Amino acid sequence: MDAEQPTSDRRHSAYTGLRLRIALIVIMVSLAPMVLVSATILYQFNIFSNEMVNAHLGELVLKHKQNIDYFLKQRLNDISHLFRSFDVEQLKDKDFLQQRLKVLQEEYRYVFVDLGLIDQNGRQVAYAGPFELGRADYSGADWFKKAIQRHGFISDVFMGLRGHPHFIVTVRRQWQGAEWLLRATIDFVAFNTLVENLAVGKTGTAFILNREGEFQTRPPAGEPKLTKQQYLNLFKKGEEALGARRPSDGLDLVEEGEAHFLEGYIDRYTQPSSIFSVEKLGEHGDKFIIVAAFLKNNQWLLIFQQEAADAFAKLQETQRMAGLISIIGALAIIGMAFIVSGRMVKRMARLDFEKEMMNQQVIETGKLASVGELAAGIAHEINNPVAIMVEEAGWIQDLMGEGLEQGDNLQEAKRGLQQIETQGRRCKEITHKLLSFARKTDSRVQTLQLNELVTEVASLLSQKSRYANVEVQLRLQPDLPPIQASATEMQQVLMNIFNNAVDAMEKSGGTITVVSRSEEQSIRLSIADTGPGIPASNLGRLFDPFFTTKPVGKGTGLGLSICYGIIHKMGGQIDAESQVGKGTTFHIVLPLTAAAAKH
Amino acid sequence: MAIAKILLVDDEVPFVDTMIKRLTKRGMEVIPAYNGTEALAKLKDQARIEVVILDVKMPGMDGIETLTEIKKAYPLVEVIMLTGHATVESAIDGMKKGAFDYLMKPSDIETLVSKVAEAAAKKRRHEEKIIEAQMREITTRRT
Repeated sequence: MDAEQPTSDRRHSAYTGLRLRIALIVIMVSLAPMVLVSATILYQFNIFSNEMVNAHLGELVLKHKQNIDYFLKQRLNDISHLFRSFDVEQLKDKDFLQQRLKVLQEEYRYVFVDLGLIDQNGRQVAYAGPFELGRADYSGADWFKKAIQRHGFISDVFMGLRGHPHFIVTVRRQWQGAEWLLRATIDFVAFNTLVENLAVGKTGTAFILNREGEFQTRPPAGEPKLTKQQYLNLFKKGEEALGARRPSDGLDLVEEGEAHFLEGYIDRYTQPSSIFSVEKLGEHGDKFIIVAAFLKNNQWLLIFQQEAADAFAKLQETQRMAGLISIIGALAIIGMAFIVSGRMVKRMARLDFEKEMMNQQVIETGKLASVGELAAGIAHEINNPVAIMVEEAGWIQDLMGEGLEQGDNLQEAKRGLQQIETQGRRCKEITHKLLSFARKTDSRVQTLQLNELVTEVASLLSQKSRYANVEVQLRLQPDLPPIQASATEMQQVLMNIFNNAVDAMEKSGGTITVVSRSEEQSIRLSIADTGPGIPASNLGRLFDPFFTTKPVGKGTGLGLSICYGIIHKMGGQIDAESQVGKGTTFHIVLPLTAAAAKH
Repeated sequence: MAIAKILLVDDEVPFVDTMIKRLTKRGMEVIPAYNGTEALAKLKDQARIEVVILDVKMPGMDGIETLTEIKKAYPLVEVIMLTGHATVESAIDGMKKGAFDYLMKPSDIETLVSKVAEAAAKKRRHEEKIIEAQMREITTRRT
């Protein structure tokens, strides 16, 4: 039992290793393509959706830029139309002007806050609107100086007299040898809505800057907070980015052949390339995307900014989902790999166990078969002395019938009794031999003297070999070290080989020579017969189960395969050499245990 | 004249010796032989042997071989096989090869005697028929 413990441990670790290998292979084979495909798809998707988001933002900004430009141009046109439709004299009338403002407000939903007519000295001649700006003097105002030189003008946002952020649109006209300006104030709130429509996502905000870095709309609420200088840099960056496609500095808007008619916008730069984007890091290291476009003949800059994480929220969500699915999938694969390989290995272990059981059963069967054969031989051997005893008893009865006193009948009867005793002893010898053989039913591994076993088996088969005219010669090395083996199994091996040898020489008779000798780490036992030998074609199949040359019903073909199994289980070797016509020799090499070898 | 002239063939010397005594006592003439070769030699020497009692299992030339040789040389001699349990098959084999009958060893002496008597009778009948046939041939030739 002790000897089997490490074997089962080793087998167990071999099964564990096998299970691990199977699981690893399954995992590798399943995961590698999955990882590759996922990585490729994610990478491509990343690039694609980056482009998509950028294009979308660009489109958005471009659309708003066009809207804002259109809005500004329209307001300028509205005022220009109004100024040309009426005489200055008419417009000087405050009530008339009030009426015109009302019409405009009804038309354009209160985009226009007020209207004012200003003479060339900057004095407001007429005013219509909510503020009391009656005869205001604008001669010192910055916008007036610019506006008086141009046909049309749109100002930056300023506070002005009313103390409110607003911007104005002016149109100049000559009337009766003097220059007149019609001024309209655009509602800051209405204008802001245009820009704030651009708010996208959680963090997307839009605003307008002028070239001085002043906000033309409400400043952005969230990050990133850029300095004025950084905003000014944006103008420079934009001009660099747009490069040659940037509109020229000249205010070359042409309407009715008049150059410099309007300062504030031109049509030609409303093309996609007029958009540029930069990335900035916020205070907390978050990335921000800034998309910008020039407005109002690149005097203003429409800036849209959004946190990158927000802009790419969809993408990141997809990535998270994909990652989660991948991890769950991978875990499932790993789990399955271990479960499946575990089951497989368990099954293999069970099959191995069953095979072992089967081998054990085959050995048992073989043992029974050889016991049967042995029993038949022994019965025959006993039968002869029994027959003699019966006949002697019958003879004595015959003599008694005649009368013992007659002649030398008494003498004869005595001789008969003696013969019966002799034959009885012979029976006893045979049964003792058999008993000593049968007593070794212990299949446990123990210390054995090989020579003893050989002698016993040889004597058991002596009768059989005598009938077959087979002479058994034992040349055993006397001081052979003991071996570790199971007695019954060794008996079985020896019986099988002896029986085969005797059977082979049954017709012709011959000699069996058994030689035992110790070698360095082993004991070699050779059993040679002088039988007909085994043809080379059969020699290779000699130890195969169910291989037999005996007629059906005579041999199972298991004997030598069982011997092979037993010897190999002990760590030994068995082989046969044979020459047709000369005989066959079986060699058995049994290993010596370390202790036995020292001894 | 004895009931029958018998050749007893067995390798067990004490068996043969005792059997001779018992069979002789029952009015038979018994000649011993201790192996197959000896049996054939005795048959050659002693022309009047009628029945052979033959052990199947013998070293050297075994019972079946001896039987074959006997039947080849002396077809009219009847053979009774003696066998142990383990060799009943060989005994049946022997019957096919022309043995008169077989007996299990150890056998009852009276059974053996009656079998021998039967065998001897059969042999004599056989021989008579042959003589008759020969005589008829001679008579037909004359007429």
